[in-house]
Amino acid sequence: MAASPKQPVAFSGLGPLNGAMSGLLTWVDQRFPLMSLWRDHLAEYYAPKNFNFWYFFGGLAMLVLVLQIATGIFLTMHYKPDASQAFASVEYIMRDVPGGWLIRYMHSTGASAFFIVVYLHMFRGLMYGSYRKPRELIWIFGMLIYLCLMAEAFFGYLLPWGQMSYWGAQVIVNLFNALPVIGPDLSVWIRGDYVVSDATLNRFFAFHVIAIPLVLLGLVAAHIMALHEVGSNNPDGVEIKKTLDARGRPVDGIPFHPYYTVKDTLGVVVFLFAFCVILFFLPEMGGYFLEYNNFIPADPLKTPPHIAPVWYFTPYYSILRAVTEDFMWPLALGVAAYAALILFTARGCLVKIVALLVAPVVILLMKGPLAFEAKVWGVVLMGVATLIFFLLPWLDQSPVKSIRYKGPLTKWSLGIFVVTFLALGYLGTLTVTEGRTVMAQIFTFIYFAYFLLMPWYTTMEKTRPEPARVTM
Amino acid sequence: MAEQDLDQGKRRFLVAATSVAGGAAAGAAGLYPFAASMLPSERAKAAGAPVEADISTLAPGEMQTVEWRGKPVWIVRRTKEMLDSIKKAEDKVADPASKKPQQPPYAKNEYRAVKAEYLVVVGICTHLGCSPVDKLKAQPEQFEASWQGGFYCPCHGSLFDLAGRVYKNKPAPDNLEVPPYKFLSDTRILIGDDSKGA
Repeated sequence: MAASPKQPVAFSGLGPLNGAMSGLLTWVDQRFPLMSLWRDHLAEYYAPKNFNFWYFFGGLAMLVLVLQIATGIFLTMHYKPDASQAFASVEYIMRDVPGGWLIRYMHSTGASAFFIVVYLHMFRGLMYGSYRKPRELIWIFGMLIYLCLMAEAFFGYLLPWGQMSYWGAQVIVNLFNALPVIGPDLSVWIRGDYVVSDATLNRFFAFHVIAIPLVLLGLVAAHIMALHEVGSNNPDGVEIKKTLDARGRPVDGIPFHPYYTVKDTLGVVVFLFAFCVILFFLPEMGGYFLEYNNFIPADPLKTPPHIAPVWYFTPYYSILRAVTEDFMWPLALGVAAYAALILFTARGCLVKIVALLVAPVVILLMKGPLAFEAKVWGVVLMGVATLIFFLLPWLDQSPVKSIRYKGPLTKWSLGIFVVTFLALGYLGTLTVTEGRTVMAQIFTFIYFAYFLLMPWYTTMEKTRPEPARVTM
Repeated sequence: MAEQDLDQGKRRFLVAATSVAGGAAAGAAGLYPFAASMLPSERAKAAGAPVEADISTLAPGEMQTVEWRGKPVWIVRRTKEMLDSIKKAEDKVADPASKKPQQPPYAKNEYRAVKAEYLVVVGICTHLGCSPVDKLKAQPEQFEASWQGGFYCPCHGSLFDLAGRVYKNKPAPDNLEVPPYKFLSDTRILIGDDSKGA
């Protein structure tokens, strides 16, 4: 197919230079799809006009990504990925490199900021059903971004080679050790040594600065391309493309630029204000963003008396710790009850067969002569807790998308889930006691119930009719 | 052969099957050297030499730590009371008779040691590899009211008695590992080597 000849680009706003600018733009546009990219993704990308506060966080996540890449590049100019020099090189950045402390604290604060905006961004999706058809792939790309972020944070945390770096990596790599059969060899392969060592540090550096960021950027591009293909969801969860004006544009849509670029600029200003307050006055955030133990060089012979992962991992860490040997009976009973629920109330024949086949195997592997150890199940549950978000588009069976029109069951479930997530997160920062373990076990049940019971409570409840068009 | 005699479906199937099989084989062959490069290097493999510990200054009831293969190895000189506490913990621990192979055969006994007085274990929790903290004294602790002395893992709360045996209902599945070791003399222990003679 021959490319259609492109029209000259008109440019105004620079007075006598307009002609030259128009000429240059025309020259570029005839060789690169500059104007069509501009139109498709900014000037003529129609976003719903009813975006609210919750729609700031996607853009902010992009801003933090840029911030992390920029600060990261400058940190690598001074950092040494060598077990004997890493800790000292970070202290060198903090004390001797001009402005090094600022760049380092931007990077470490940026990591926590990234998770704050991403968790809020995900919560927005949960509220307004942004994962529902036709946005399943946007959600899946987003979840893959979230997994990459976790990997990025984990690999990055080893680099300062402090006590928390070392023992955090030790614990997480040993998670793989728990896997049956391949576990021990797999963890040796990940570390490149029999203990966390220089080899581990060097490869984590490679993953942190090049491998994962490349994947991350690709996924961000895919996330936005998929979004711009189907169009943005909105707080009402109705499709603006259903109501078009005479020119074929959504009546309830407004061009992303200038409307949302201006709105997002306000968000960026407020965000950067809060970011700077933390950066300049609370860069360690009382031990939550940078743990005190990480200012002690790694000592392979001594675990710090209290170790906990950085806050954004603690909900999953709590689930890992909650799985003890005496939790296996409640877990097995829970699986049996869930299988029974599917058998008696599910509509599909296929799910019943799957439940009938899978549940006995799982129960036997939890409590039986060939059962895996509780440790294995702790790792499995932690993994499932992160991956279960992928299933949301199919677990939510409600006839409406947005929480505004869903019934009380969904509203309560989401509220309880948020409390559960925060409670698990808080428990994960504390040391273990018997009472706290029981609490973590109860919250673990609630965590999974939120997802696994979703097909039931989203269909049982009475929803309100969605409006035909968005409301303001 | 005329064009219309061609079985297009078969041709597509064969092309697809050949591409998939060839692609998979080429992919695996291409990935292997990269995956293999991440295995422990020859230098890392060679770094596992045995180490010698001098216990002449270790007082009864105290503990010393030596590094072996990058891991902490604890040597605890157990007093009479400490040895008694091991018997008392019998019904609290998950594997009192050390049935799981977490020790060389010569340490598969009541005190999990060659000489009852000296406990030698790898100080790495069998859960996720933290190094537990020594809480050798028998006194009420936050994590266990009737604590008989032993080790507490700060990461996930596993408890071990003074023979390195794991308490029931804790995240750690196994007793602490007893490394191969032998006494070179009354005051010198060789860790990592238990060969007889010489």
